[in-house]
Amino acid sequence: MDKLVKHEKLNVEEILQGLENYRPRRKGWTWRKPVSPQVINGLTFKQTSQGLTQSIPLPSAKYFGHIDPQPDCVITTEIASGRFEDDIRRMRMAAWHGADHIMVIRTAGQSHYDGLIEGTPEGIGGVPITRKQVRASRKALDLIEDEVGRPINFHSYVSGVAGPEIAVLFAEEGVNGAHQDPQYNVLYRNVNMHRSFVDAAVAKTLMAYAGMAQIDGAHNANATAREGWKVMPELLVQHGINSAYSRLVGMKPENICLSTVPPSAAPVPALTFDLPYAVALRELFREYRMRAQMNTKYIESDTREATVSHTLNLLISRLTSADIQSTITPDEGRNVPWHYYNINAVSTAKQALLAMDGLSDMVEIKRDGVLGTRVRELKERAVLFMEEMLAVGGYFKAVEAGFFVDSGYYPERNGDGIVRKSHGGIGVDTIVERDADYFAPVCHHYGYNNIPPQFASNVCGPVGGCSLCDPAKIAYIDELDAVDNVATRMAATRDQRELGLIKPEVEWAGDGVVAVQMFIPAEPRTAHFSALELAKQMNLRDPQVIHKQVMQHAEGTYVEVKGILDATIDINTLKLPPEEVVLSADEVRKDLHAQPLRIVAATVGNDEHSVGLREVIDIKHGGIEGYGVECHYLGTSVSLEKIVDAAIELDARAILISTIITHADIHRINMRRLHDLCVEKGVRSRLILIGGGTQVTHELAVECNLDAGFGRGTKGIHVASFMVKNRRERNLI
Amino acid sequence: MQRTDDFAARRAHLAHLSEAALERRFWELAQSITQPLVDMATKHTSPSIERSVILRMGFSSLEAQAIVKRVTELDLLGKGAGHVVWRLAAANQIELKQAAELLQTEAGAEQIKQIFSGGVRQWTS
Repeated sequence: MDKLVKHEKLNVEEILQGLENYRPRRKGWTWRKPVSPQVINGLTFKQTSQGLTQSIPLPSAKYFGHIDPQPDCVITTEIASGRFEDDIRRMRMAAWHGADHIMVIRTAGQSHYDGLIEGTPEGIGGVPITRKQVRASRKALDLIEDEVGRPINFHSYVSGVAGPEIAVLFAEEGVNGAHQDPQYNVLYRNVNMHRSFVDAAVAKTLMAYAGMAQIDGAHNANATAREGWKVMPELLVQHGINSAYSRLVGMKPENICLSTVPPSAAPVPALTFDLPYAVALRELFREYRMRAQMNTKYIESDTREATVSHTLNLLISRLTSADIQSTITPDEGRNVPWHYYNINAVSTAKQALLAMDGLSDMVEIKRDGVLGTRVRELKERAVLFMEEMLAVGGYFKAVEAGFFVDSGYYPERNGDGIVRKSHGGIGVDTIVERDADYFAPVCHHYGYNNIPPQFASNVCGPVGGCSLCDPAKIAYIDELDAVDNVATRMAATRDQRELGLIKPEVEWAGDGVVAVQMFIPAEPRTAHFSALELAKQMNLRDPQVIHKQVMQHAEGTYVEVKGILDATIDINTLKLPPEEVVLSADEVRKDLHAQPLRIVAATVGNDEHSVGLREVIDIKHGGIEGYGVECHYLGTSVSLEKIVDAAIELDARAILISTIITHADIHRINMRRLHDLCVEKGVRSRLILIGGGTQVTHELAVECNLDAGFGRGTKGIHVASFMVKNRRERNLI
Repeated sequence: MQRTDDFAARRAHLAHLSEAALERRFWELAQSITQPLVDMATKHTSPSIERSVILRMGFSSLEAQAIVKRVTELDLLGKGAGHVVWRLAAANQIELKQAAELLQTEAGAEQIKQIFSGGVRQWTS
């Protein structure tokens, strides 16, 4: 498989072949290439980048020539279902929607795994990061980036007690970015603090060699503290410590990205906290890059609420800056993200960033006044925090004293911070002082190294070169577990791929999971159990309520239920209604020029909607007038009798009616009545009858005795093409 | 520790600082906090660091585990695990992989202890 084809599935089996010889095509991070201003389809954008060769635009793009402008910042999506072979299919979907930073979460427990994991075991809440998994994903992303026409950054985590080894793995395998922050290990993974910082220096040096983007871990503090915004001073301190440490071991500032999250969310007056914080951060850290993450702290199971919070987070990004815009899926409060919620999150970012393109040309932050006061205060509180750290004896003493993730707004202290002991934690007492004759015969090694003078300019010379200089030296292990591996999992779904069987899925091929939305006219608890019972009656196995929200305590509750549908569709026997073949514009024009066609059109009944019909008719919207059809538009709320009489009087060959209102099935009634009237007046055989509207389908219109029906997304060419073909078939002149 | 918010009093010495001076102070403090950590990292190593060296020398992760475990048992981690393997290979004029296998034997352990028994060795040019 040299390249992907739009209408063909990514062949995972082929990706897995020949991995032992795969080499990454590049190392290091890639930023988007800004183009400003950029004119696309007559619209001027100030904050966009080079476009994609293939992509899926926002739904509303159909009104604007299907344009898909790409914002200036890298857009991240986090994909890690536990099975990388399914994740790479989701990566392709995300890339088509505009993601160019694919972040893979590690399986639970990997940060305490003292070494590298090999093979492809299944993960929990993430993927076991192994050489094979990384290689397969990077190989797939090479194909995907060629398909969409933009480099894709692949990213995971250099943390835990195997940081240096993972950093070597990532540097060898062309992983483009990684989280690396020794404070994260200490506070959230209880890795011994000495071990964490000693390992971090080596890991960061390797990342610097490979040009990887580093993302820190400070944002976890506001995900941990109850009132996330109270840890703002500490967040500045944590960013400062990791940035300063990274610089001291040789990382370039442009590769150091601060992971920052607007710390609050409504009903808190969120912007009064989030905006001053964002400004303070960007002023203090102006040398560094901003990885703007979305809030996870206050996400519940309501995907709507999450999306609104995230859109407001994007406002902060546009009012200040974002080099990497990360996205959180709106279902993160419910479960490990599902395929389409990754796409929703990426689309939310793209949509909001495009809508706010050029905002800062018109709106500016009032730096003086209340915002300025708050910015100053945050900086001072952070400075005071660090002064006290030094006063108690430095970083380690401060951690032992519970300085971090205290819920008090520093210098306020509530005494509930995370306390770690200097001589405790995972990996305690494992660091060893390097002897005077310590020697590591490899490149890009951090720290004291007593290199033999004859190898001063060729440190890996004694061992005949290292894997960073000679990738052929990389030792590849395929699998270690005969059962828990990708081949076993793929075998279980082989029938689907080879026999053309379809099962719905949200995470993994063939998982069968579907979600159902219901309004249950009952109080929440009754609604909850009613919904589960209804799901069982729909033959959903293991139903679970994933969201519920009271509409009114007595009147009812909105419930979303998921369950497993044990049903399979065989595409070889699936009956698809024939697809209308649309004639070319030239052929339609030629035919209508040779034989003119007159039509009458109106919105019928008590219906004032006219937009859809005007789009289909008007020459300026690419309507049927543009193909040479003579149109007589009668207006809105026109009676059916009047339309038919007009058609007779004008000797028209077609009637187009639009019917948007569907209350009490009025759209069906109107379509049937049109046919009946034409029959009564003896003109049905010489007229093409067409119905249109948002709820109209071709099948519905035909069922109502019309010749054709057109719904959402209809263009003039579709209608013109149909009339030309129908006129030929019926020999109408 | 419990403490009410005494920011107003505590900030007195910062109040007169310009914005630029305050930011400079932030970075000076960050530097003061991290410099001792970097110094510690420069002088120490760990099992993961040594495995990362062994990986770079062309060994697999499984081999790296075994080698570093053995070097730790022999109390030679401070010499560098890669150093240990290389010296054993050089002393016997064998490949690195063979040296790693030799290290797991009693004979290999004895030999490497001998190699490093002369105390700390400084290279002479």
